[in-house]
Amino acid sequence: MRVLKRNLTAYGFLCAALACFAVFAWYPMVREFVLSFQRTNLVDPPVWVGLDNFAAVVRDPAFGTAWLNTLAFTVLALICGYAVPFGTALVLNELRHARGYLRFVVYLPVMLPPIVAVLLFRWFFDPGPGLFNQILGLFHLPGLAWLDSSSTALISLVIVSTWMNMGSATLIYLAALQNIPSELYEAAELDGAGILARIRHVTIPQTRLILLLMLMLQIVATMQVFIEPYMLTGGGPENATVTVAYLMYQFAFTYGDGYGQAGALGMMLMLALLVFAAFQLRLTRDDREVTA
Amino acid sequence: MISVGARASARRARGGRRPRPIEVRFRTIVSPHQLNSRWGRRIYWAVLLTVLTLSTLAFVFPLYWMVTGAMKSGEELARMPPTLVPEAPTLDAFAEAWQLFDIGLLLRNTAFYALGGWLVTMAVDVSAAYALSKLRPALGNVVLGAMLATLMVPPMVVLIPLYVTVSDLGLLNNPWGLWLPAAANGFNIFLLKRFFDSIPKELVEAARIDGAGPLRVLWSVILPVSRPILGVVSIFTIVTSFKDFVWPLLVMTDSDRMTISVGLSQTAGAVPQNTIMAGLVIAGIPTIIVFFFFQRHIMAGLTAGSSKG
Repeated sequence: MRVLKRNLTAYGFLCAALACFAVFAWYPMVREFVLSFQRTNLVDPPVWVGLDNFAAVVRDPAFGTAWLNTLAFTVLALICGYAVPFGTALVLNELRHARGYLRFVVYLPVMLPPIVAVLLFRWFFDPGPGLFNQILGLFHLPGLAWLDSSSTALISLVIVSTWMNMGSATLIYLAALQNIPSELYEAAELDGAGILARIRHVTIPQTRLILLLMLMLQIVATMQVFIEPYMLTGGGPENATVTVAYLMYQFAFTYGDGYGQAGALGMMLMLALLVFAAFQLRLTRDDREVTA
Repeated sequence: MISVGARASARRARGGRRPRPIEVRFRTIVSPHQLNSRWGRRIYWAVLLTVLTLSTLAFVFPLYWMVTGAMKSGEELARMPPTLVPEAPTLDAFAEAWQLFDIGLLLRNTAFYALGGWLVTMAVDVSAAYALSKLRPALGNVVLGAMLATLMVPPMVVLIPLYVTVSDLGLLNNPWGLWLPAAANGFNIFLLKRFFDSIPKELVEAARIDGAGPLRVLWSVILPVSRPILGVVSIFTIVTSFKDFVWPLLVMTDSDRMTISVGLSQTAGAVPQNTIMAGLVIAGIPTIIVFFFFQRHIMAGLTAGSSKG
């Protein structure tokens, strides 16, 4: 009897969360799967269309470009958004002055609403009086077209994205660096390891776990990039910045009632991320076996 | 050692003042000894100066440019090369932005969604974490696992089906369409539960013997000792909701129900540059103020998931 009562009260406290998760987290996962095989305009009852949605998505002229762009964006964002924060954290950790200020400043852009960062950079990228071309002009360099040219548009998006997101990664690495026991550095030093050798043989192995975790999180996050192309380029010029997430949005909201196609593309994105996650897990496991 | 001492005394003999050593409270890659050598110190100050300059240029200067841009006239903004300090600083653009974007309404909406979302999220997630941690129902771990599993699903993937669901429920342009999905947050429940787990059982038991029911235990025992984690979760919930863009863009489409981010994005194309900048400054101020006051909590929360996880 007491057990029953305890369970009843416990589920009483849980019921609100269970309802929220059921309707707004678990059900949409199922719905995603179902939606990708249906045609619906949210008013009439949905119709089963088999694999039509997938076919329509693959036939879309921007489909291949979107994947290539997403991949390129992810790789570029990793080079900037992975190496830059780690390097910054390494340097910040060595400094003994102005630590509070530097942390504050690095994290400042993360606190801004993304729309503020994005619209601010849209102005900086302006080929005329924009800040970036003014700075280039200061060094007598020719200005760039930034967002208006298909060769620089994607890298421009990466710059914005790195600027507004790198703060959190930097602080997470900084916390990890501070957890490294100092004895390890002392021992390495006694063995005659120089600064680079200490980074390679002490710092990186000691932060490996968090580095791998962040790699995974960042890839998953950057593969979903949406707000930058949505606000800055609208996918252009010449589809140079159409990403998978942006294409998904277009299917659903600008092509008119393409919720099914958007769902199908979402399934593909999910699958791609799953394959990647499995690959990553496999890689880390092999790694561990080697070190063990 | 001898040579170091000898060199130091030689320098003193030459009349050079021995500089104060750089204080080292914790050991990092560069050893304290290296750092305080003659070259080490020089390199250190050079690096410090470079890092300070670069980080200020990279992270503070854009914000300075935004604020001063809002204070320049349209004619001054278009000038090449640009002026570093506004010639005739004016707040006209702010007044204009307030009118054009209807910022008062947008800010009120955003604050209302953020505070309401905070209340709903806290009520739902705290009671769930309390049940999972202290009341321990049958299948509790399965429930927790299913909640945490939602963290594995990339938000963009479920965006469309979530939109379809919310639309089916008739929650478009309704604040509950923002609040309820936000409450289904596995990470909050994970953080809260982990903190509740660390509260000694004896504390709860003692209250129960004194005749307190489960709700009373939660209110008078658990919540008062959980202030740190409640603070972290609260700040993150409010700031996230304030910053959110994609979901409010889809759900709150009526122009008198938009959030500030969405409102600015919809009008920004048709407005002079200094007015946009003024709008951005106003939109950025609330979160920056929060950051000034709760810096410590925010940074603690950032590493909360990773340090012990």
